[in-house]
Amino acid sequence: MTIAPDKTTDKSTEIVVPEGHVKLVIDGLEVVAPKGELLIRTAERLGIVIPRFCDHPLLDPAGACRQCLVEVEMGGRPMPKPQASCTMTVADGMVVKTQLTSPVADKAQAGVMELLLINHPLDCPICDKGGECPLQNQALAHGRSDSRFHEHKRTFPKPISISTQVLLDRERCVLCQRCTRFSAQIAGDPFIELLERGSQQQIGVAKDKPFQSYFSGNTIQICPVGALTSAAYRFRARPFDLVSTPSVCEQCSSGCAERTDWRRGKVQRKLAGDDPEVNEEWICDKGRFAFRYATADDRFTRPMVRDAESGELRESSWTEALQIAAAGLAETRDANGVGVLTGGRLTVEDAYAYSKFARIALRTNDIDFRARPHSAEELDFLTSSVVGTNPDNGVTFKGIEAAPAALLVAFEPEEEAPIVFLRLRKAARNKKTKVFHLGQFTTPAVEKTFGTLLACVPGGEAAALHGLPEHASDVVDELSKPGAVILVGERAAEIPGAFTAVVKLAERTGAKVAWIPRRAGERGALAVGATPNLLPGGRLVTDAAARTEVERTWGVEEGVISAKPGRDTTGILTALVAGELDGLVVGGVDPFDLPDPELAEKALSKASFIVSLELRPSAVTAHANVVLPIAPAVEKSGSYLNWEGRHRVFGTTLEGTGALPDCRVLDTLAVEMDADLFTQTPAASAADLARLGDNVSAAAAPNVPAPLLSPPKAGQAVLATWRRLIDNGSLQDGEPHLAGTARPVVAKVSEATAGHLGIELGGEITVSTARGSVTLPVEADDLPDGVVWVPANSGDVTVRRNLAAGHGSVVSVSGGKA
Amino acid sequence: MGMLDPVKGFGVTFATMFKKVVTEEYPEVKKVTAPRFHGRHQLNRHPDGLEKCVGCELCAWACPADAIFVEGGDNTEEERYSPGERYGADYQINYLRCIGCGLCIEACPTRSLTMTNEFELADDNRQDLIFTKEDLLAPLLPGMEQPPHPMRLGDNEQDYYVNGPELAKEAQK
Repeated sequence: MTIAPDKTTDKSTEIVVPEGHVKLVIDGLEVVAPKGELLIRTAERLGIVIPRFCDHPLLDPAGACRQCLVEVEMGGRPMPKPQASCTMTVADGMVVKTQLTSPVADKAQAGVMELLLINHPLDCPICDKGGECPLQNQALAHGRSDSRFHEHKRTFPKPISISTQVLLDRERCVLCQRCTRFSAQIAGDPFIELLERGSQQQIGVAKDKPFQSYFSGNTIQICPVGALTSAAYRFRARPFDLVSTPSVCEQCSSGCAERTDWRRGKVQRKLAGDDPEVNEEWICDKGRFAFRYATADDRFTRPMVRDAESGELRESSWTEALQIAAAGLAETRDANGVGVLTGGRLTVEDAYAYSKFARIALRTNDIDFRARPHSAEELDFLTSSVVGTNPDNGVTFKGIEAAPAALLVAFEPEEEAPIVFLRLRKAARNKKTKVFHLGQFTTPAVEKTFGTLLACVPGGEAAALHGLPEHASDVVDELSKPGAVILVGERAAEIPGAFTAVVKLAERTGAKVAWIPRRAGERGALAVGATPNLLPGGRLVTDAAARTEVERTWGVEEGVISAKPGRDTTGILTALVAGELDGLVVGGVDPFDLPDPELAEKALSKASFIVSLELRPSAVTAHANVVLPIAPAVEKSGSYLNWEGRHRVFGTTLEGTGALPDCRVLDTLAVEMDADLFTQTPAASAADLARLGDNVSAAAAPNVPAPLLSPPKAGQAVLATWRRLIDNGSLQDGEPHLAGTARPVVAKVSEATAGHLGIELGGEITVSTARGSVTLPVEADDLPDGVVWVPANSGDVTVRRNLAAGHGSVVSVSGGKA
Repeated sequence: MGMLDPVKGFGVTFATMFKKVVTEEYPEVKKVTAPRFHGRHQLNRHPDGLEKCVGCELCAWACPADAIFVEGGDNTEEERYSPGERYGADYQINYLRCIGCGLCIEACPTRSLTMTNEFELADDNRQDLIFTKEDLLAPLLPGMEQPPHPMRLGDNEQDYYVNGPELAKEAQK
């Protein structure tokens, strides 16, 4: 905190120095600074900018570039040489003179700049950093106006790719080590390091180990020169071409702040925004690079209807498509009813439109946002423990950072919510948060969060949680400390009893529970009642008072909202197959994400009328009667509710593309069906939702006992599986450079299991069920015996599609190809 | 008004008959401009035909009228348009906006962009006044080859840039 001299008081009044603070003088200005603060930051608070390259507020000090030299005087004695202000902490009575007041400091900085530029190539015109380059800027501001160096510059072969995503130009490097420090300290992926000595010193990677980090893009952003550039953005634009729009990442439930840079109606790159509450200054590579899906060639631009004669989809006008959709939905609604599957990637405003559309236009509670394995227990947990939590009363990123202990249940942070992983690592690294992973094997995230693995058989998590007080009382003790947190992942829905056990453990220890889904829209969809049992704002469908409140606010007749809780995703699909439902409204749902893709396929072909709101073709399109194109995240405004319950509002990045958000399409469709949603725009939708407000009904906690597991038979194993960060997800389409940094597709078993099942480690295994099989390479890891781990949706291995199995299923395993 | 005034008027006309004619016989006779007249731009080539433009956009940056649009591209070993890593994949000058100030020429780091003395830049529609790379590129002279092709002159980059013109001349002999 700066306490600048108050001009109104008498000059002789002494500045009061609070405890833990020191007083010093910088450029003649008296300033009070907390002990331990770096000089460069104190100066910055006074508005004095000292040039720097290696210094970064979130990285440990290095003093590598020497650009921030200042003159320092301690106790009346000047230090013999200029000092690096980025490594020196403030001290009482220090007198500092920066380049502004000291010719010595100024000359020292000019000298360092001259040395840095000796080997820096003059290729600014072809360098991606040109125009936003700290070296360019500071060379102009603090460097000499001419060069005295006329010898040959040191050269290296130009750019080498240290991963498919990141290119390294060693000539341009000033050896500030921001990238190596980021990788080692923040991400925990020290693949990139300083090599060689003297004038040959350079950044590099080991020969057979590329820079395979989920956070590699951040090194490109913090590189103060053009040494690290991105293959995806290479030569695409200059900073002055780009319009920068603040945005929010649509990839996962963390809701990172981003800056989207675009030119001529096309997104060119995304950069991490600065939000200390959420993502600090980092984002994962998926959030940074995966945005080309929105410009894929196959994107729908016009509505399509199924031609009655040919049975093929044909392009139509909006009017025609909406009329046909409205007529078809009204007919099926009046017959047996219509179900709504929204998918987990909607903004709050769009999800609210679906929720209201289902209740008013379709008069049903058959709506579910969970396009993934789910359970009734999960819904109970969400209703009783998650909906209505927000940063004020729940777990937050900062809360994780301050927690004495964190227990991760069925949650793989690095793969599912990378920014949560970064916070966990930061917490574990700085404040010694103890991290416990209830999982199957020592994943990289366990190692990088300095965590303890509590290994259990897939499906046995609930029993393991119940057994914690008995078998691992130290974990319970740690979790009993104030501020401890339990983080539950989306995989818990596949584990019977897991949510019950989590709630019980939380009650016992007093730890706060947070649910961290994988998709960006799930928390928002829950909050606005895109679930069978909830209305917007956490109101229970079964609560008559809540129903009346919603009906009054919506201005509809009493009794329009059904009192009967609806069907969940599987329920809707089963009802479609059984003929208990006729129609279906589908948002962005990939049937192959659903717990049983075969059931979904059957339901889609059985349904008599399907309206699909989609961006690009999916397996639903082939069955849809009407396809309505909607806008991707960059072409609409709205907000996401991240896992903390924090509203992450973003504006439209690309204006005037003509693409309509879901809420607008549904509003018009509802008008055709004689219902008014008042969700014409995201802003209108948000206002309508705000009128309702939150009124969370009390609900019973889940109560499902942990099942007794029978050990797998001979030739069988229990399947552990979860999705990787970079996998086959459709939001990552069109980005080959990103796909190249995906982790290798391998199965994992313990050595003992390999022995039992006759599997040759390093060879291939075939995992099969009655539905099908997958073959992939196998390696040993520390899994419990009788367990095989397979990535859920990577490369050719798509567990749901190929095996119709999930986490905790029993599968047959054999060595070699099928 | 005096009586002789009309005669005076004819006197002016008569005197003009003995002065130098200022009428230009344009378009029959084309005006020869000053040698440094700021006319239509040209994107120059290296002696082997490769483009000098590296797509750096400094011209676009310098342009006070926002008349220039450039998009860079990545040279590959198989498809090379300019020496080095980068080339101008898309290059457009909008002559409806260009004020002929020549700042772009000063900004160009490779002397790729220069101005010719060509001044006939009028048309009856806007579209044709946006000149693209094809319109602006210098014609292929003898010994030049239409890119993409590898760097043809010299043994290495140094040789290409420093001795390129000499080598090209020798090759012509």
